[in-house]
Amino acid sequence: MSTANTSASSDGKSHVHHHAHHFDSAEHEYNAAKFGTWTFLVTEILMFGGLFVGYILYHERFPEMFKAGATFLDWKMGALNTIVLLFSSLTMALSIYYMQHDNKKMTLINLYVTLACACIFMVVKYFEYTHKLHLGIGPGNYFQPHGHGEEVQRALGFLKDYPNIGMYFSFYFCMTGLHGSHVLIGMGLIIWLIRRTHRNEFSSKYYTAIECVGLFWHLVDLIWIYLFPLLYLVG
Amino acid sequence: MSMATGSKFMPPQATEIAKSVDSLYEFLLIVSFISCVLVIGGLIYFAIVHRRKHEGEKTPYIAHNTTLEFLWSFIPFVIFMVVFVWGWVVYHQLRHMPENGLEIGVQGQKWDWTFIYKSGRKTAGEIYVPVNQDVKLLMTSADVIHSFYIPAFRTKQDVVPGRYSALWFNANREGTFQVFCTEYCGDKHSAMAAKIHVVSREKYEDWVQTDAYKGLSSVEIGAKVYGQRCIACHSLTPTPEGANPIAPSYYGLFGKQEKLDDGSTVLVDENYVRESILNPNAKIVAGYKKGIMPTFAGQLSEEEVMGLIDYLKTVK
Amino acid sequence: MASGAHDPNLNYLNWEKGLWSWLTTLDHKRIGIMYMISVMCFFALGGTFAMLIRWELFSVGKTIMDAKQYNQAMTFHGAIMVFMVIIPGIPAFLGNFIMPMQIGAKDVAFPRLNLASWYCLMAGAAVAFISLIYNGADTGWTFYTPYSITTQNGTIWLVTGAFIIGFSSILTGLNFIVTVHKLRAPGMSFWRMPLFVWALYSTAILQVLATPVLAITLALLVAERLLGVGIFDPKLGGDPVLFQHFFWFYSHPAVYIMILPAMGVVSELIATFSQKTIFGYKAIALSSIGIAAVSFFVWGHHMFVSGQSEFAGILFSFITMLVGVPTAIKTFNWVATMYKGSIRFDSPMLYAMGFIFLFTIGGVTGIMLAVVGVDVHFHDTYFVVAHFHYVMVGGTLMAIMGGIYYWMPKMFGRMVNETWARISFVLVFVGFNVTFFPQFILGAMGMPRRYYDYLPEYESLNRISSMGAWTIGVGFLVALGVILHAIKRGKIAGPNPWNAKTLEWTAPSPPPHENFHVQPVVTAGPYEYR
Repeated sequence: MSTANTSASSDGKSHVHHHAHHFDSAEHEYNAAKFGTWTFLVTEILMFGGLFVGYILYHERFPEMFKAGATFLDWKMGALNTIVLLFSSLTMALSIYYMQHDNKKMTLINLYVTLACACIFMVVKYFEYTHKLHLGIGPGNYFQPHGHGEEVQRALGFLKDYPNIGMYFSFYFCMTGLHGSHVLIGMGLIIWLIRRTHRNEFSSKYYTAIECVGLFWHLVDLIWIYLFPLLYLVG
Repeated sequence: MSMATGSKFMPPQATEIAKSVDSLYEFLLIVSFISCVLVIGGLIYFAIVHRRKHEGEKTPYIAHNTTLEFLWSFIPFVIFMVVFVWGWVVYHQLRHMPENGLEIGVQGQKWDWTFIYKSGRKTAGEIYVPVNQDVKLLMTSADVIHSFYIPAFRTKQDVVPGRYSALWFNANREGTFQVFCTEYCGDKHSAMAAKIHVVSREKYEDWVQTDAYKGLSSVEIGAKVYGQRCIACHSLTPTPEGANPIAPSYYGLFGKQEKLDDGSTVLVDENYVRESILNPNAKIVAGYKKGIMPTFAGQLSEEEVMGLIDYLKTVK
Repeated sequence: MASGAHDPNLNYLNWEKGLWSWLTTLDHKRIGIMYMISVMCFFALGGTFAMLIRWELFSVGKTIMDAKQYNQAMTFHGAIMVFMVIIPGIPAFLGNFIMPMQIGAKDVAFPRLNLASWYCLMAGAAVAFISLIYNGADTGWTFYTPYSITTQNGTIWLVTGAFIIGFSSILTGLNFIVTVHKLRAPGMSFWRMPLFVWALYSTAILQVLATPVLAITLALLVAERLLGVGIFDPKLGGDPVLFQHFFWFYSHPAVYIMILPAMGVVSELIATFSQKTIFGYKAIALSSIGIAAVSFFVWGHHMFVSGQSEFAGILFSFITMLVGVPTAIKTFNWVATMYKGSIRFDSPMLYAMGFIFLFTIGGVTGIMLAVVGVDVHFHDTYFVVAHFHYVMVGGTLMAIMGGIYYWMPKMFGRMVNETWARISFVLVFVGFNVTFFPQFILGAMGMPRRYYDYLPEYESLNRISSMGAWTIGVGFLVALGVILHAIKRGKIAGPNPWNAKTLEWTAPSPPPHENFHVQPVVTAGPYEYR
């Protein structure tokens, strides 16, 4: 969301951020960037909102089916991811705090921790996804359990009772997938922040990008806080 | 807007409701015509009278006029409310299903209409109904959304796969009227037409009697399906006190308020019965186990499901 | 930035040179011109489909194409015109160019985002056209399920294209909201903003709030096709009508995304060409916001016969009536502005008056359609087709044309040829009424929309309609000639040829890179003709 980064000094040390030509001052630019980010978060909420509305409507219509579907999710994995994301929100906030105090080292440490948390989150998700897809527990038409083991038997049993149980996993994969893609985008943005911090582009005078990515990251976290109970704890 | 004699451009009126729709439409046309004359007339009048005579003319500074602005907000509002309420009344007539109408099943599929009578007779592309009789069409689709539109009756209703929708009319004159599909449904959308033949009651009875269809009535089809598929679990007699049957009895079931296991109640109507047959675990009646009844989706034809529903209505 | 700010020969068009400097530009004016070129190309394409459609409908039975081709032409005409012409038409093109200047800013708040949204439009359009290779798409621009789930594969590309274009719309909206809030010149309070800015601001709110819902709906539709997620598929327990709710929750506000900016343009034109302060400034400004707010709660009026409950039908009918009030207020205020004005009939004013004429007819027929008992008959007939063309073409396109002619001196520093501009107006205006007025009658007679073929009794009116359509086509070709001629050879215009009062006219024509040589300071309202 940073609109202008025209810093061009070549000494490699502390860069001075020049605000873009159409703003009066750095503060003016900072306010605009923050306002834009908030507006952007509103659009994100509305986008997820469509999925939440769909979830609520169909949960109302097929509560038992949703309950049955949720038995395939491991709440421990979900809880672990919740804790990891919550913690990463804290470190994200701290990285802003330290940059406000010109503490580059602590900012970097916190950004790296945030990035690590995001990686843990994605690794856990990866294991959850591959396990399910391996058993044939996929979204919609791809709910075709095969192989052996208790979970497959249970899935086959549920399929008899709830022929449209694939829909639960449609919601599961669509919602966590959209959320996961946001985590990935967030990771890219954090890497970008780390690079820029290394290049001394931020200071207590200019940390707009960290602030805006931070806002985005908190939203990603917030959405997960809703997804976790809706998907994992519904049973 | 110069067509205040609107009905000239409307299709024939073949129901009483068509007349009330047309009166409302004519009222709307007149009001619209007057509004257009006022706005467009004002526009043209001011444009001519106040055209620029020479450059640099002074114009008066008129920023607003509260009275005027109030009037031209309030008067349209009142008109809108009048036509809204009037439209509501007409809509209520269109949507309020008659109690004891003649029911005919309608199935839309790409790209024709099938009509299923209680006698078991099926027709495609044309439907016979008696004049001066409430007729209720219970409609569903086999594939995509269609819409059943009879211009002469001023009514239409979308026909949605996976559920029933209903439409009613009472034709007040004999004749043949056009049916269109008005929800875009693919290549032959514009060819998905049918004819409604409104005939005298005698002719209708004749037509129904001389049924070329060799099969059974809808209820009889339902009874047969019951004997084959349902009898093992569902009885036809009232459940005795203290008994603990595996599934609810059909006795007096249709039209009853059933209590469900989650504490809510549901009215046993066509859609509920249909859902219970095709997706039996969606709603479980209090006191019964879930997961006992298998789904019959794909196993029973539309005709058989409709037959069962009709049969259910007779068990009391 | 090295703009060589005060060299009078340098302006935004020539201060950097070469195609690459355009494709990487961050200047809102250049981005606006890029939108102008792309929107005009899309319009030519969508218009060609319209001509083909009207040719096919010239007579009963097959005229030039079969049903499959017709349905694709109908789908692409709708999708191109809605997503690539009318929605970006005023905000992204005229708005981008004019709005920052009208509030005295040097640029929009996020110039890179602004460029990105143009690339989104291009990318989305490219993806949408890929569908032509894969068998095309034949769903209509509304993509109703379950038809769109089952029909040919090209649909997925068109849907994905619309999805990407949605982000273009979101980013533009976001940019405009922040720009209006943060970049107004000193003294430019909200109540001193030109009405075009008010209209764009209301539009931007709609774009930001409604478009994400379209995005997720289209994403789910793609998922439905690829994975069979079952949310909209009745075979899998889903509800196809839910798609309509989601779709219209976006697409009804989208109707106002299309018309509100047009109302803004007309407010500017009427005031300038009457040389008179606008009547009821606050009422017009607030009615834009009012329309935007109410428009979120009227989507159900597209679904009166979809099987929604009687109560829902009545409620949506009622709320739709409420939209009529602020719309009526605007119309009356425009006419009242002309009272005792000093009116000149330059081509922009002709278009503005054409707008009021056609929009009034579109508006009153909109009220007829909102009357739920009557709509049951009219729903999905040519009456609806005629109504929304009166609003979208008669409204929005008229305003775009008026806006182009009006701001041409500002954008390129040159005037249009008045004679030919008026000829193009007459052709478009007359052709438009000949095309679409008969369609009201066809709809009343019961002819359903999206019909490849029709009953013989509808033929004569369809013929009139087709001939009108070709007249419109000729009119727009003339207009294209007028625009191109003006850009190349038009008479040189001064900074303010119309004696308009809004800020953009205080800048040189064409404006320099940073719009104003001296930061403007605002001390009065936008239409101070005293």
